[in-house]
Amino acid sequence: MLKVENLEVYYGSIHAIHGVNFEVKQGEIVTLIGANGAGKTTILQTITGMIKSKAGEITFLEKNLKTIEPHRILQLGLAHVPEGRRIFSGLTVMENLQMGAYIRNDGKAAIDADYERVFTTFPRLKERKSQLAGTLSGGEQQMLAISRAIMAKPKMMLLDEPSMGLSPILVQEIFKIVKDVNASGVTVLLVEQNANMALSIADRAYVLETGHIVKEGSAQELKNDSAIQKAYLGS
Amino acid sequence: MDFIYQLINGLQVGSIYALVALGYTMVYGIAKLINFAHGDIIMVGAYIALLAVGSMNLNIWVALLVSVVFCVILGVLIERVAYKPLRNSSRMSALITAIGMSLFLENLFLLIFSSNKRPFPNSFSGVAFSIGDKPISFNTLLTITISLVLMFVLWFFVQKTKIGKAMRAVSEDTAAAQLMGININTTISVTFAIGSGLAAVASVFYSSTYPLVDPYMGVMLGLKAFIAAVLGGIGSIPGAILGGVIMGIAESLTKGYISSTLADAVVFGILILVLLFKPSGLLGKNVKEKV
Repeated sequence: MLKVENLEVYYGSIHAIHGVNFEVKQGEIVTLIGANGAGKTTILQTITGMIKSKAGEITFLEKNLKTIEPHRILQLGLAHVPEGRRIFSGLTVMENLQMGAYIRNDGKAAIDADYERVFTTFPRLKERKSQLAGTLSGGEQQMLAISRAIMAKPKMMLLDEPSMGLSPILVQEIFKIVKDVNASGVTVLLVEQNANMALSIADRAYVLETGHIVKEGSAQELKNDSAIQKAYLGS
Repeated sequence: MDFIYQLINGLQVGSIYALVALGYTMVYGIAKLINFAHGDIIMVGAYIALLAVGSMNLNIWVALLVSVVFCVILGVLIERVAYKPLRNSSRMSALITAIGMSLFLENLFLLIFSSNKRPFPNSFSGVAFSIGDKPISFNTLLTITISLVLMFVLWFFVQKTKIGKAMRAVSEDTAAAQLMGININTTISVTFAIGSGLAAVASVFYSSTYPLVDPYMGVMLGLKAFIAAVLGGIGSIPGAILGGVIMGIAESLTKGYISSTLADAVVFGILILVLLFKPSGLLGKNVKEKV
C-alpha cells in the first residue's frame, strides 16, 4: 500500500535519512521504532510532503507522493497524526473535527454519522465538544488528534508517537484505540519510542538507528530478539 | 453634548482605522507577514473610486463596488507575484519586498496621476442628526454603520463558515492545517482578498471625510491602522477593531480638547505605553515559541 524506497533526506548539510526502504501492506499495523533522533518523525514528514527528500521514491496506492501537493495527499486516503498532536488549540473540539472532515464531500448525513461514531468511541470529546481544544488534557488532545484523522475517512493512518507524554494507563488506552482503528479497516504506520507497546500491537516492525534501518521482521521476532530487548525493551 | 459629539467623530475615524487594521492583522495571522503595501491599497482604492465617480460619472455606490473589486484583484495579484515566491524565505525578505511593493505603488500612481492633490466629491452630504448644536453628517453615520455591518459579516465568516474555520486553523498551525487537506494558497488568497476589499471600503469613506486624494495618502493612514492592529494585538481580529476604535477616539478627543497638532503624538504615545506594559497588544495572545 505504502512503499518507501532508497529515501534520502537532508537537513541542510546534515544527512538525516540514509537510503531507507520499507513497505506497509494493506490492513497491517507496521511500527517504526527507534531512539530519539533516529529519524522516525522525519520519515513520516517526508511521506506527507512536510519535508522534501533529496532522493528516493514514495508510492502510496501506486501514486508517486513526491509529485503530489501536500494538501492533496489526504484526499488520496493517507492521514498523518503528527508528533505532539498539533490540534488547533484556539478552535473548539467540534471545529477541530470539522477540520478533519474538511476534504470530505460525501454529504452532510455521512459526515454527521461519523461525528456520532467518534463521539460514541470518545464520550469525553462529546462532553467537551464546544470547549476550546487547548483546554483538553494531554490524553484527550491525543484522542482528538486521532479522531480528527478518523473524520477524514482515511485508508491509511500515520501515527507519530501517540503515547508521548501520557501516563501508562492512557498509553494503554491509546494503543487500544490504534488497534480499533486498524480493525475498522485502516492500515496503520506507527512510529514509537515505546517499543514494547508498539511491538505488542504491530504485525511487523522496522528498527531505525541514526537514519538507517538496521533490522526488520515480524513484531514477534523482534520482541524476542536479544539485541532489541537490550536496546529498546529494557530487559 | 460636546463630548458625545467628539466621541462619535472618534468612532467614525476609528471605524476607518479598524477596517484597514483588519487587513494587516488577518494577513499577519495567516501569512505571518506585515503587508506594508496595505496602506497603498487604500490610495489605489481612492483613485479608482475617484475615477469612477469623476470621469465615468458613476453613482458613488457603484464606484465603491468598482473600487472594492479592483482592490481585491490587486491584493490577490500582489500576493501571488511578490509574496508567494518568498513564502519559504526568511521573514526579512518578505518584509523588504512588502516595503518595495509599497514604494512601487506610490511611484506608479505618482507617475500616472502626478503629485497634485485631487478633490474627492462630497458623496454622502447632508446632516443625519444633530447633537445639541453640533451636526452629525450622513457620512459619519454611514461610515460607522457600514463598518459595523462589515465587521459582523467578517466575524460570521471567520467563525461559522468552512473557509473561515480553515483560515483560523492555518493561522494557528499551517503545517497541521495542510495535513487536513486545507490548501494554504487558497486560504492566503482569500485573506488578501478580504483585507484589500475592506481597505477599498475604508478608502471611499476616508476620502469622503478628508476629500483630497494623492499618491501618498495611504502612508499615514496605513501606519496608523498598523499601529491600531499592534495596539489590539497583531493577528487578533477583535484586537484590530478595538485598537482602531481606541485610536480614533483618542485622536478625536485630543483634537477636541487639547490641540489638533498633538493628536498624532497622543496616538503614538498610547502605542508606546501598550508596548511597554503589554507587548503582545491588548487582546494579543502571548504565544510561546515551541521548541
